Order: sequence, then structure tokens, then C-alpha cells
Amino acid sequence: MTPGRVSPRLSHNAMRHWNERLIEAVLFLAAALSVLTTLGIVYILVSESIHFFARISIVDFLTDTQWTPLFDDAHFGIMVLVSGTLVSSLVALLVAIPVGTTIAIYLSEFAGSRVREIAKPILELLGGIPTIVYGYFALLVVTPILQVLLPNLPGFSLLSAGFVMGIMIVPYIASLSEDAMRAVPMSLREGAYAMGSSRLYTAIHVVIPAALSGLAASYVLAVSRAVGETMILAVAAGMQPNLTWNPMEPAATITSYIVQVALGDLPHGSIGYQTIFAAGLTLLLITLMFNIVGQWLRAKYKENY
Amino acid sequence: MPNNTTQERLKAEARGLNFFYNGGIQALKNINMPIYDNRVTALIGPSGCGKSTYLRSFNRMHDLYPGNRYEGEIRFYPDDTNLLAPEVDPIEVRMRVGMVFQKPNPFPKSIYENVAYGLRVRGERNRRMLDDKVEHALRGAALWDEVKDRLQDLASNLSGGQQQRLCIARALATDPELLLFDEPTSALDPIATGAIEELVHELKKRVTILIVTHNMQQAARVSDYTAYMFLGEMIEFGKTDEIFIKPKDRRTEDYITGRMG
Repeated sequence: MTPGRVSPRLSHNAMRHWNERLIEAVLFLAAALSVLTTLGIVYILVSESIHFFARISIVDFLTDTQWTPLFDDAHFGIMVLVSGTLVSSLVALLVAIPVGTTIAIYLSEFAGSRVREIAKPILELLGGIPTIVYGYFALLVVTPILQVLLPNLPGFSLLSAGFVMGIMIVPYIASLSEDAMRAVPMSLREGAYAMGSSRLYTAIHVVIPAALSGLAASYVLAVSRAVGETMILAVAAGMQPNLTWNPMEPAATITSYIVQVALGDLPHGSIGYQTIFAAGLTLLLITLMFNIVGQWLRAKYKENY
Repeated sequence: MPNNTTQERLKAEARGLNFFYNGGIQALKNINMPIYDNRVTALIGPSGCGKSTYLRSFNRMHDLYPGNRYEGEIRFYPDDTNLLAPEVDPIEVRMRVGMVFQKPNPFPKSIYENVAYGLRVRGERNRRMLDDKVEHALRGAALWDEVKDRLQDLASNLSGGQQQRLCIARALATDPELLLFDEPTSALDPIATGAIEELVHELKKRVTILIVTHNMQQAARVSDYTAYMFLGEMIEFGKTDEIFIKPKDRRTEDYITGRMG
């Protein structure tokens, strides 16, 4: 071959070139679609919220202790809804993190392969149950049982809704945490066993520290699920806006307020209509905050095995 | 170097040892072999000959995986315990038999906590006792001077050779009676390898050593006794000098001279 000339096998093939370009374009569009959707949602939330904040000051929004947007004496204190969201999420996490992590330790470190093969799909099936079913389960089964233990518990409460939300989240935490723990290399476990440690000691002192970033990620996902959960709270927590940090009380959350108001026929452009977007934006910011914390945790405890 | 085999004290002895992996594949066939106290014994042989399988029988590592099965005995002295007996708790065995792995596997903890790990497993809480033993073990592994000012650093920040010496310190901290090395230098550069070999030579004053190696020069340099294994069988066992200078078995000679393996 003379120098300076490309082999015919490597030379420019116009047809293949266009095919590649086409495929690239299709893939780019698919990726762009999800980004654009997200941007669109954010745009709508922000632009409608701007109208809202033109009428209601942001200070009132953050400090008012009542949320009565549809009354004549309207108040717009978002903390009322935020408190319900945070309390119910906290209850859910107090249930889901210990239970989910324990299940993950069992499946990853103790269960034989046969048990794991049966248990894990069943667990994941639990994550596929519609949340409305969980909602009625909370209202009709869990609340009466809790009322036996806690006679003061009202028929609707953040406690029973949060508790059932925790049960709903358990499979996510268990499944993701188990993946993270199983990804810890066997050589690390062998090193621990060779030092004479038991299974539980190995799991707690070697496997969990090694899998910490994955565990943190699963917890953050759980927080996002809890904060964004709607149906269980709408059904079982009661929908009255109530600024409380007491899980024994009924209260509305950001999500249950949105579903309640969005079902009514609010005139477009009314202040009631705009509260939906202000509340939605608040929800988005809370979830965003947890996601940033999650990213930070991931980076801080990245796998160092 | 020992003059006379009859003067050696037994630390352990394999008797009629067979081993079957899950599924029934026999990896060890009727192994009979002494391990002498305060000596370095090297296991050599081509890949897949069963030398690592044999090594890992001494601390019951095979118990971690279901379906594995031992037959025969490994007697452990001075108390003449059969390490493989079903009634002997593998955790008890591992309390007495330490192990250093092929790839350094420090735990995701500080240098200090890595070395203190085995002591904590054994319930040691006294801070001064821990400090003393950690320092002693790190000195024993020739790592103290390099890490004494950064004991709280993560172990993963150390170099590969340092990590392997840390793993040796971790194993030494609990004063094991027998220390198993599974190709401890195969992931290290020549300088780090030299440091580990020197260490092995130094350590035999304190502990009996059994070492698997792919490197014949290494076996010749560090060991007092050498065993050649092939296809799960113990072909020849003897003093390292004799094995390397005048092997009795033709197969050993072929392997050592590089005609096979």
C-alpha cells in the first residue's frame, strides 16, 4: 500500500456513516425527551408559583401557622403541610430502615441461595402492590390494631399512615441494600472470617462499612418515596391541615393536599389553583434537597474496597 | 536450617486428607504431610493442583461455602486436635490459625482498626492493651515506622505492598500458632515482594508458616521444607534443599526445571 492512502477496509463508507448518524439522533432524542419533560415540569411549577408569590408574600408562606387557602379568611402557611409530610415520612423511615436493613443482612449474609431466590422476588412483589391498597390496609387494619395499643389514637393519624408507608418502603430498602452488600467482594468477607469473626460480626463490622454508600443511596431513595407518597396519606392520615409534630394526630401532607384540591373544580388562575403549584414546588425542593444529600453521602462513603 | 528431621517438632499433620468441592469434584487425594513447628513450609505445583485448596483446609475456609466436604484429618499439636472434626468450631480453628490472602484485603477501616480487628473479635477492650498489641504487630510486620504517624488513616490509602504487610500485621496481632500465606506476593512488585519474603523469614521465630507460591525461587529462598503437589496429590515432600537439588520424583524434577507447569 502506498503511504498516505487509507486501506479500502477503513475508508469512508457513506451509507454506514448515515446509519450511525441516524441512530445517534434517535438515541439523543430519547435522552432529550426525559430531560425536556423534567424541565417542562419545573418551568410550569415555577411560573405558576411566581403568580402565587405575587399575591402572597414568601414570608407569610413560610411562617404562617394556618393553611386555609379556600376559606374566606385565607391563610397560606406551608409549614402546616410540611410538618405532616415530615412527620409521616419520619415514622415511615423509623419502620423501614431497621426492618429493611435487617432483611438485607439476612438475605445477603445468612440466607442460603435457595431461600434468597424465593424470598427476594416475593419481597419485590410487595413493592408492586398499588399504594391505594396500602392506604385502605392502614385505615381498616392497622389503625384498629394500633388503637388497641394506643386508645387515644384517632381514626385518621400520621402514625398509622406512616407505619404502613414504612412497610411499603421496606422492599426497596431491603432489595437495594442487599444488592449493595452482595457487591462487597468475597475476599473481604474471607479476610474477616479468617480472623475468627462470626457471620453477624462480619456483617456489621466489615460488610456494612464496605457497602455504606449503597446503603445510604437506598435510604435516600426511601426518603424520596416517603415524601412523595400520596394515596396512603390521603386515605389514612386524614386531610385536615394541622400544624403538628405529633404522629398521633391526623394531618394533611403536601401530597394529600394537592390530590384533595386537584380533584375539586377550582377556576384556572384562582389563588386556590395556584396553591397547588406552590405546594408542588415546595415538594420538589424537599426531594431535591434529599437527593443532594444522597449524592453527597455517596461521594463521601464511596466503596473503598 | 534444620539438620535432622527427627529433631523437628510437629505443629500439624495431614493424615489421609481428601477434599471434595460442592458437586463432588475431588480436589485433594489422600494427602499425608507433616508441618514442623517454627519452620516455613512451601507448597508448590502447577495451577489447579490443589495447593490453595489444601492451604484453606487448615483454617476451614471451605466451610464458608455449602456442599464442600473433608475426609481424613489434620492433627494440630501440641493438643492433638483434629482441625477438621465436625464438632470442632471453625471459629475456634481460625482463632489459632491466621491467614494472609493473595490480594491484600484490608477492611474499610483505619490502619489501627484493621490491626485491632482480631483483638476486638476476641473481646479485647482495654485501650492500652490494644495500643500495645497493635504496635507490636505492626513492628512484627515491618510497617510500624511507615504508619506510626497516621494510624487513623484509612487502610485503603496505603500502597499494595504496605496493605499486604498490614494484612500480615492483622493476622499477627492475635498471636496465631500457624500462619497461612496464599501466594502473598503475586499482586506485588519485586521490591514489595522482597520485603514480604524477608518478613516471612523473620516471622518463623514466632510462628509456624505454610506458604503457597507460584514462584519457585521464592519457595527456595524462604522455606525450610517444600511440598510438590500435582492433580490433588502430594507428589513429594522434603527439605527444600533436597527437593530443589535432588528431587526423588521425576514429576517434581520436571516441574522444578521448568519442563512442565
